[in-house]
Amino acid sequence: MTVSDPPSPAPDWPLAIYQALKAADVRQLCYVPDAGHSRLIRLAHDDPAIATTVLTTEEEGVALSAGAWLGGQRAVLLMQSSGVGNCVNMLSLLSSCRFPFLSFVTMRGEWAEFNPWQVAMGKATQAAFEIMGVTVFRLERPEDAGEMAAAAARLAYDSDQPIAVLIAQRMIGAKKWTESR
Amino acid sequence: MDAALDRRAAVNALLRDRGELLVVSGLGSSSYDVFAAGDHPANFYLWGAMGGAAMIGLGLALAQPSRPVAVITGDGEQLMGLGSLATIAAKKPKNLAIIVLDNAHFGETGMQQSHSGLGANLELIATGAGFPSVSTIADQAALDAFRPKLHDLAGPHFARVGISTEHVDRALPARDGVYLKTRFRRHLGYPVS
Ligand SMILES: Cc1ncc(C[n+]2csc(CCOP(=O)(O)OP(=O)(O)O)c2C)c(N)n1
Repeated sequence: MTVSDPPSPAPDWPLAIYQALKAADVRQLCYVPDAGHSRLIRLAHDDPAIATTVLTTEEEGVALSAGAWLGGQRAVLLMQSSGVGNCVNMLSLLSSCRFPFLSFVTMRGEWAEFNPWQVAMGKATQAAFEIMGVTVFRLERPEDAGEMAAAAARLAYDSDQPIAVLIAQRMIGAKKWTESR
Repeated sequence: MDAALDRRAAVNALLRDRGELLVVSGLGSSSYDVFAAGDHPANFYLWGAMGGAAMIGLGLALAQPSRPVAVITGDGEQLMGLGSLATIAAKKPKNLAIIVLDNAHFGETGMQQSHSGLGANLELIATGAGFPSVSTIADQAALDAFRPKLHDLAGPHFARVGISTEHVDRALPARDGVYLKTRFRRHLGYPVS
């Protein structure tokens, strides 16, 4: 690299995940919003081939994903780490029936966290998935997003596995409390 | 309770000439009722996932927009997933009906009174959530009047069926979830991987 080269822009990781989901023929996307997911949520809303569903609580998305699969469609659930605890009993549906499941989870409470109320569930997020038999990937670098989303989708839908991709808080960036709207 | 239909007879009547109907049943007695009305590959019986029946119905209804979908569940099961009524009403799937068999009790666990027996009005909750079609079914005539709505693709519909707490014998469908899932998907033409 010469000094005159422009700096390479940060990879657009939400777009990379969206493109991997499109390539995997995901047709339903449900979510409890998190700021870190806002771009991916917008991309899905703008896509007429993806049915988006806003949830009142995250376990609804586990059940919705199972129903979608029963009907022949692939679904994905977006949430923040605090929502994982809400899902625990509903996740038993996945192992009882060997349903595929794919979730992307924005982490809170693990890196430069400002809000102590996010820490307890953030620390327990990976374990909460694992005690229920969900395989956990951690996405730490934006340049890995597309490949990891594609691998997770393959493992979920082609091998009937429950998969969660935890997106590191360090990668998303700390929430800016002073930001104006 | 004023309204007291027999639960088996009510479910039997709802599922008569079921045609293209896809059915998800809530854990416990609702699954037994749906099974007793006639086992069918287009039945997905829950034995757990309490509070999830309506949302499984939503995911299925969105995936199969040309097929009518009925969720048949108990008051206790639906009360655990009240938020899903708001989620469904926001999404407005035309092919989905949520039917709550309301005995005002948690029957499966020893007949403790439920919130619907303690004053919660499920029709008002569904209306408030935004369901455009809400029915109260308290007798055979109302049951007959509601049945075409299961097939009209003009929902989402919500119906509360007032059923008696009278004991009925258990009728146990298969419990193997992988079998039930695979059977259901094969019915829709999806091959086993
Ligand atoms: C998460 C969870 N909590 C509690 C139970 C225990 N349980 C099983 S069935 C049931 C009540 C079902 O009541 P209802 O849906 O009204 O059905 P009924 O038997 O009265 O028709 C409960 C509380 C459970 N299976 N799962």
